[in-house]
Amino acid sequence: MSKSDVDEGKVRVYIMGREYKVPFGLTIMKAMEYAGYRFIRGAGCRGGFCGSCATVYRIEGDYKLRVALACQKTVEDGMYLTQLPFTPANKPVYDVEKLSPSVNVLLEYYPEIAKCVSCNTCTKACPQDLEVMDYVQAALRGDLEEVSRLSFDCIGCGLCAMRCPTSIVPYNVAQLARRLYGKYVMPRAKHVDDRVKEVEEGKFDEEMKNLMEASLDVLKERYTKRDIEK
Amino acid sequence: MRIPYFPGCAMKTTAKNCEVSAMAVASKLGIEMVELPRWNCCGVFPSLVNDDLMRHVAPIRNLIRVQEMNKSGIVENEYRLVTLCSMCYHTLKEANLFVKDKEKLTKINTFMDREEEYEGGVKVLSFLELLKEVGYEKIAKEVKKPLKGLKVAPYYGCLLLRPREIGIDDPENPTILEKLLEVLGADVVDNPCKVQCCGSYHTVDKKSIVAKLTYDNLRYPIENGAEIIATCCPLCTFNLDSRQKEAKELYRDLKEIPIVYYTQLMAIAFDLEKKFFGLDLDLYYKNPKPLLKAKNLY
Ligand code: SF4
Ligand code: SF4
Ligand code: FES
Repeated sequence: MSKSDVDEGKVRVYIMGREYKVPFGLTIMKAMEYAGYRFIRGAGCRGGFCGSCATVYRIEGDYKLRVALACQKTVEDGMYLTQLPFTPANKPVYDVEKLSPSVNVLLEYYPEIAKCVSCNTCTKACPQDLEVMDYVQAALRGDLEEVSRLSFDCIGCGLCAMRCPTSIVPYNVAQLARRLYGKYVMPRAKHVDDRVKEVEEGKFDEEMKNLMEASLDVLKERYTKRDIEK
Repeated sequence: MRIPYFPGCAMKTTAKNCEVSAMAVASKLGIEMVELPRWNCCGVFPSLVNDDLMRHVAPIRNLIRVQEMNKSGIVENEYRLVTLCSMCYHTLKEANLFVKDKEKLTKINTFMDREEEYEGGVKVLSFLELLKEVGYEKIAKEVKKPLKGLKVAPYYGCLLLRPREIGIDDPENPTILEKLLEVLGADVVDNPCKVQCCGSYHTVDKKSIVAKLTYDNLRYPIENGAEIIATCCPLCTFNLDSRQKEAKELYRDLKEIPIVYYTQLMAIAFDLEKKFFGLDLDLYYKNPKPLLKAKNLY
């Protein structure tokens, strides 16, 4: 980077091989938009929650391909960027109503988990810093509770699956585990049941109607004055 | 004694009866088996490459956990790792031998860059060895209901015995299980097939091979008068028990015989609570309960 670029507060990035200068401090996603790209896939919440912006990059002079969430990672000088619109990962069809939380159910739908070599590559890829290998291993022994606990913050970005040398799709395995655990194993939360009953009985209908009919200004005001749980 | 314990996936699924009985027996003998706080597959999976290195990553990770347990004070200066499953024992011990070659150890340590380095000092033990160390006299003291009149044939399979560098006893004629069964008061029946192959993973896609081996492995001890077989390995147990169904279809003359882990017989002989016998779990082709009832042991 030449001195003048630094003064301008810009960094050099390569988007699909072509060089651009973009302002320092932008995220990968914003940098690509700055360069003129428009995201029609692979972008969602822009807040690091939805997992749709998983991407791969490399830094000039370094051999390693790195992964990140494009809406979270800020650009560095000499970054090679691209976009991954979608992870076409395997996702068997099942009806969770008809399954049981048995120790073999994850293996039945995802037999490839038995091939895990414990290389930990998935863990290294995870932008959520989850112990992905540990939850794949817990899945292998049918421990639904442990899989659910370890994978709770998974945002389904797909990066673990793309890096796994044995083609395991950890996040879909974990999703099945959490569904089974939530549905069949976890104790039911009474306050949720109570609240659902209240909703069904129409306790909030009036308030909802008011909200739906409120003007934009009223909504804005109520939004800024809302209680935020800390 | 507090000692790190590696369960392996079978103990949590198809061999729960082994684990539940072994844990109860161990605690009676003053052994506290402390499950590794984190563990992964022992390492029985197809290697991705033919340099033989990659498949040792998993077992070495488990051995690192033992170092961690010592560092964090979960166990005190106890670098032995006890296993119940023969396959896990074999795989972990084999990996330990593999990394005696410093160059290989360095490669594996370098690959696992997020782990502390494995120093090579963990000793892998089978539960049978631990029992031997505790001593048969001490075990005899806990026998409250001797297995009198129960004709038991031991079955070792291969993983605990071969190759010699890994084995816990004589690879051709081991006796460690017989000695234990005698202490429990059982009538030990000679089993000429005790070190034979059970058919291993052929059970998944070539059931007929395993059915034939099951027939052979059961026929001789039954001829010698055995009423029940005592096993050490979840895979042997599964094959010897479940494949009796297929074996009977091929060989009409096969008499069915119940298969149990030696740890279950220990729990029975120690007269522990029934829930520790592991007999209520729905894991059996040939239910051992009727025989045990007939012998006043259940
Ligand atoms: S576990 Fe996989 S899919 Fe989930 S957040 Fe981590 S890398 Fe993404
Ligand atoms: S990357 Fe794949 S093989 Fe490696 S630990 Fe993760 S799930 Fe297992
Ligand atoms: S856009 Fe949702 S996590 Fe990046």
